[in-house]
Amino acid sequence: MARDEPIGQQAAAADLRRSFRPKWRKLLPERIARTILLLCSGVSILTTAGIVLVLVFEAFQFFREVSVLEFVTGTKWTPLFASKQFGVLALVAGTTLVAIGAMVVALPLGLLSAIYLSEYAPDPIRRTVKPILEILAGIPTVVYGYFALLFVTPLLRGISEDIAVFNGLSASIVMGIMILPMVSSLSEDAMRAVPRALREGAYALGATKLEVSTGVVIPAALSGIVASFILAASRAIGETMIVTIAAGQNPSFTLNPLVPIETMTAYIVQVSLGDTPTGTLEYKTIFAVALSLFAITLLMNLLSQYVVRRFREEYE
Amino acid sequence: MAAITPSEFRKRMARRKWQGRVFHGLCLLAVCIALTMLAVMLIYIVAQGWSRVSWSFITSFPSRHPDRAGIQAALLGSIYLVAIAGVASFVLGVGAAIYLEEYAARSRFARIVQINISNLAGVPSIVYGILGLEVFVRSMDLGKSVLAGGLTLALLILPIIIIAAEEAIRAVPPSLREGAYGLGATRWQAIWHLVLPQAFPGILTGVILAVSRAIGETAPLIAMGALTFVPFAPDGLLSRFTALPIQIFNWTSRPQAGFHEAAAAGIIVLLVALVIMNGAAVIVRNKFQGPNAG
Amino acid sequence: MQQDDSILRTEELCVFYGPKRVVTEVTLDFLRNRITAIIGPSGCGKSTLLRCLNRMNDLIPSFNLTGKVLFEGQDLYAPGIDPTEIRYQIGMVFQRPNPFPKSIYDNVAFGPRINGFSGNLAELVERSLRRAALWDEVKDQLKGSALALSGGQQQRLCIARALAVEPRVILMDEPCSALDPIATLAIEELMRELSERYSIVIVTHNMQQAARVSNYTAFLMATQDRIGELIEYGESRQIFTNPKDERTEAYITGRFG
Repeated sequence: MARDEPIGQQAAAADLRRSFRPKWRKLLPERIARTILLLCSGVSILTTAGIVLVLVFEAFQFFREVSVLEFVTGTKWTPLFASKQFGVLALVAGTTLVAIGAMVVALPLGLLSAIYLSEYAPDPIRRTVKPILEILAGIPTVVYGYFALLFVTPLLRGISEDIAVFNGLSASIVMGIMILPMVSSLSEDAMRAVPRALREGAYALGATKLEVSTGVVIPAALSGIVASFILAASRAIGETMIVTIAAGQNPSFTLNPLVPIETMTAYIVQVSLGDTPTGTLEYKTIFAVALSLFAITLLMNLLSQYVVRRFREEYE
Repeated sequence: MAAITPSEFRKRMARRKWQGRVFHGLCLLAVCIALTMLAVMLIYIVAQGWSRVSWSFITSFPSRHPDRAGIQAALLGSIYLVAIAGVASFVLGVGAAIYLEEYAARSRFARIVQINISNLAGVPSIVYGILGLEVFVRSMDLGKSVLAGGLTLALLILPIIIIAAEEAIRAVPPSLREGAYGLGATRWQAIWHLVLPQAFPGILTGVILAVSRAIGETAPLIAMGALTFVPFAPDGLLSRFTALPIQIFNWTSRPQAGFHEAAAAGIIVLLVALVIMNGAAVIVRNKFQGPNAG
Repeated sequence: MQQDDSILRTEELCVFYGPKRVVTEVTLDFLRNRITAIIGPSGCGKSTLLRCLNRMNDLIPSFNLTGKVLFEGQDLYAPGIDPTEIRYQIGMVFQRPNPFPKSIYDNVAFGPRINGFSGNLAELVERSLRRAALWDEVKDQLKGSALALSGGQQQRLCIARALAVEPRVILMDEPCSALDPIATLAIEELMRELSERYSIVIVTHNMQQAARVSNYTAFLMATQDRIGELIEYGESRQIFTNPKDERTEAYITGRFG
């Protein structure tokens, strides 16, 4: 670039340089927007951090007074009584009992429904039935609780007088229906992802639909199906209202579905609704229980992600 | 290798076919059981509560008398909650989605946030209530107010909105953005003038669906300190409150049959609200496929 | 080859996506008020080169370059230069017409608005549409949707949109490849008119078009490492009738495409 250009041209060049400089009119909104938006995405990270910090901090206060060993291995849970015992296994047993019961209902029904929708159903039927099943997933859990206590329990007691008014069985059955769409939807997605070529190969060998579904499609989609089971179980463990309404408030380390029990979630509700003063040891129990609950569901969610990642079939 | 005889094959084949038909029947039965349960539940509840649904039911307050109990407090409380949760999660969620899709796409930060969001989606809702208790009720000193409740619910549904908004933004064709950049637009100018208007129907659908999830949530509000007997309407953001699902829970837990009827009626109101919201979402989505296609 | 009426110039330009070099050592002049065509087989880096001229490649994360791009003597990649300020002074028309889902008026007015134009917008819109030879066809439906126009009209709308911010150079990336022959001829006619006021650089894979429309032509080709380089540059008349390099001749006579 010539340095002895006439002044006019140099001035013009300087003008040009200036015209390319960032202008605040445009730049300021851009910078402000970018910062605000970054903060928005930070909120989700803050949420997780908040959950972990709150639970750990408060639970730590609790564990100063109660030994972790007693908490984790004890089978009697009586913090609100005079003689206090802090064995969370009583609550865990209740949670597990109801969750297993729910899975007993949801697993077969969900998986078979998924097979029907994926392999057997003609398109128009699939298009109407699938959204209707989704409705099951959208109904608030308090509605299921109502149904469990006021319809299912009387029904069960009509069959056998031995069943208590509050029991784990009603809650299990109703919860099973609630998580059924989770199993069926996710399993169906996994099955539909299996390429037609695999199915056709089996049909070409003279296999029946049953043999193709159970012998080819399900094994191929297994990682997704298992992940859906784990996720549904995790949901069952974390569910609150059905068990609070129908399962009882009697923590007991038992495998009997016909008697009142209490789950971890129902206990938290019980204390929250009660008049236990904040800051007392009894009150702090909800944080310890919530931490256990969070840890269990987090592990299960991570497990389901791991299952998908590790065992996903490569089709190509 | 000894081949199978034709008659043996036919017998086997017949058995396999029969097994297949039984299996088909089982699968169909499973679907029917699920659908029947849904129908039974809905029919039972509507039958129980229908007679109770009336204008006076909607405008009365809860009372100690089963026959006089009404859901006005709960209905208004839910409206407040949904409005607060909707606005807060909309702003935060869309903001986050814009940042993740437009500014930080495919970066490590974005991947961390995505993993974080999918984990948050699996956290039991009652844990959000405890978080809300510590952060909104105590630390931020909002008390057990409808504002704290709304913000707690906002955190709960935030992952849903972020995912829906991300999808809607991703669906905007890159050629639109290029056209704007070619004219000298900054990123934010392109987003505000082109991407957001184009993605808006998809975002709106996501918000409506997320909010319809929030309206049915009970556990987080209870853990956060909402009371179950609140015979007054919320009078401002910092007022105590109750909500439809909490009121339903309260009535269901009472022994008197009159309250059970009220609970069923309350459920009907709640379900109607859900139907309206989901219907609105479907309408918005269909309008979306209309004028902007092609 | 440095000429005094060069408005845009690359000097030893090399383009990289991450560690991979895709265009190498391109030194090229684009002359004022002329139409310069960049031709070459697909994958030779023509579009990449074009997008360096208005820093559109900045949008790709792994992009970087060495060398200079000089606009009126000013290096566009110098520090302190804001790409969004360059992009309306060097406008771009894309391969597929991409009108915004707004009215015709709002499409043309978009550029001026975001760049803070404070004068008579309606007059500017009309002037731009006239210069893009679209005014007569749309003057009664300015509030109508731009998406309702035909392909050729949409592309002229995109040209009007680019003109509305008063650029000095217009870059065109295969502007006719999505259009039918009649619309193509209309655009080519328009280009000739526009070159009286603006400088135009067009990337095209259509050699006949380059021969019809351009004053100067640059021929790019990818060597065996899939790196694009400038093979030959000169007046279009000379390139197409008497090319100096045998590779140019091979391409032009269709021996490879």
